[in-house]
Amino acid sequence: MSRPRITPLQFIVHLAGGVPAAQMLFALLADRLTANPIQRLEQLTGLTALTFLLLSLACTPAAALSGWQELTRRRKALGNYGFLYAALHVSIFIALDYGLNLNALLRDVGSKRYILLGAAAFLLLIPLASTSFNYWMKRLGKNWKRLHRLVYLISPLVVLHFFLAVKGNPLNLSGNISQPILYAAITSLLLLLRLPPLKKALIQLRTRWLPPVKPA
Amino acid sequence: MADQLKSNPVKPSEITPKHVYLSRRDFIKAAGVLAGSMALTSCLPQTVEPPSASTADPAIAKKTDELGDPVNSFDDITHYNNYYEFTTAKEGVAGLAAKFKTSPWQVEVSGLVSQPRTFSVEELIKRYPPEERIYRLRCVEAWSMVIPWVGFPLAKLLQEVEPTSAAKYVRFETLFNPEEMPAQKEKWYPWPYQEGLRLDEARHDLTLLATGLYGGELPAQSGGGLRLVVPWKYGFKSIKAIVKIELTATQPATLWSTIQPGEYGFYANVNPQVDHPRWSQASERRIGELARRETLPFNGYAEQVAELYEGMDLRKNY
Ligand code: HEM
Repeated sequence: MSRPRITPLQFIVHLAGGVPAAQMLFALLADRLTANPIQRLEQLTGLTALTFLLLSLACTPAAALSGWQELTRRRKALGNYGFLYAALHVSIFIALDYGLNLNALLRDVGSKRYILLGAAAFLLLIPLASTSFNYWMKRLGKNWKRLHRLVYLISPLVVLHFFLAVKGNPLNLSGNISQPILYAAITSLLLLLRLPPLKKALIQLRTRWLPPVKPA
Repeated sequence: MADQLKSNPVKPSEITPKHVYLSRRDFIKAAGVLAGSMALTSCLPQTVEPPSASTADPAIAKKTDELGDPVNSFDDITHYNNYYEFTTAKEGVAGLAAKFKTSPWQVEVSGLVSQPRTFSVEELIKRYPPEERIYRLRCVEAWSMVIPWVGFPLAKLLQEVEPTSAAKYVRFETLFNPEEMPAQKEKWYPWPYQEGLRLDEARHDLTLLATGLYGGELPAQSGGGLRLVVPWKYGFKSIKAIVKIELTATQPATLWSTIQPGEYGFYANVNPQVDHPRWSQASERRIGELARRETLPFNGYAEQVAELYEGMDLRKNY
């Protein structure tokens, strides 16, 4: 018991990863997913997937700001939960919504922009999730980091997918768009914080205003 | 009210083979089995029956539309619908509308008519004996229901107020009262909700002003005191809580075509051939079923209404 094998932060991350799935399962069994449970599950899994992607993107700036370096080591798990929920989202769409009827699916939504954007985002997530094992991290070395920068492209794709999936029009700010606007704002902030001057500013903010961090 | 109802004027034309479907209950059972196989059932509650808010006549629940499809449950009809004046969450409308007062209710009929007047819903019910009309409702979001409305043809009211020869369209307006309809405080939509029909559409016998549902009153969340039902058009045309009906010479603006003219047109006839950038209009999910169904042209009412649009390009006039 001298050295815990799992840190509190790790515990929280995995708990957070499991809670939405458990909630959805409970709601499903209790018939609490509205009269149209398949659509509701599609929305919940999509929203959860995007949330985990953004949490994963938040680790680096949060570590820079707080000096808590362990945050950067939880990025991968958060991103993987994002992928798992995205996979659930896509599976529900194909298997439940369309009952695996690929002809009907392609006829109905094959050319829809929001589906194409979602599909692009999902396809791009696959190489990231499949190289998340330590084996690949070691094997790819520097390229691993480069590859995983794809998430900078994936997250805006998903936000666009979101905007086009709701009833409303972002161009004249009308309709049911407050939630996608919120997600777009968070995504933009997290991506902007990658720009070197802003990155530096974050670190300065900590060194100037926050107490120095004990070395680990 | 139920016993004064006349029978449905839509004739049962053909008997379609019973649609093969899994009910929602089966779906949930299947999910339960899945959970069981994951050895999780020990810590899960048994499947809970949803509380039935239904005080509606159980005999009506056994009825079908003229194609042989059963009506949806009172609970699904009244707890899953779009009513953005309350909330954009379909399952949240009923709760937020619980205190909304649907009676007394008045509607002002004005514009290009010889006899402009304000009517109370009570008076309308007395004047025009309520009929039961079992209609399919197809939402532009690609879900659908079968709903036993109670009401009277709009044509009767129009006859009473005598549209002038200049009248070509009918414009409808929903109540604007942000105190009672909380989402009207939000600026995302150009409230009040407005809708419109061409005069011949408005005069069609299928076009209903509904004052009731499932043999009873029209619940607040379903559009009470008074709503429109145009069964061959997407659900958003069937405006709720109507306080104004105005006859006009020019095509009135509608809420959704104001926000997004490229997606929602004035006509909004159910049409599997005209796609929408978001939802499939070729197929739909009937609430309570697992598999999708093919969407029918004019929502299955083509025989009755297609002639209204003869010679029109319905791809342009979507
Ligand atoms: C092949 C890939 C995908 C398909 C076919 C797909 C399909 C859909 C559909 C049909 C909806 C609309 C649900 C509705 O309101 O009716 C939706 C919404 C959404 N999807 Fe996807 N999606 C895909 C990929 C993704 C990915 C990779 C993510 C995130 C990582 C994602 C996140 C979302 C979000 C956030 C929404 C909005 C949910 C809401 O309205 O509350 N999707 N998707």
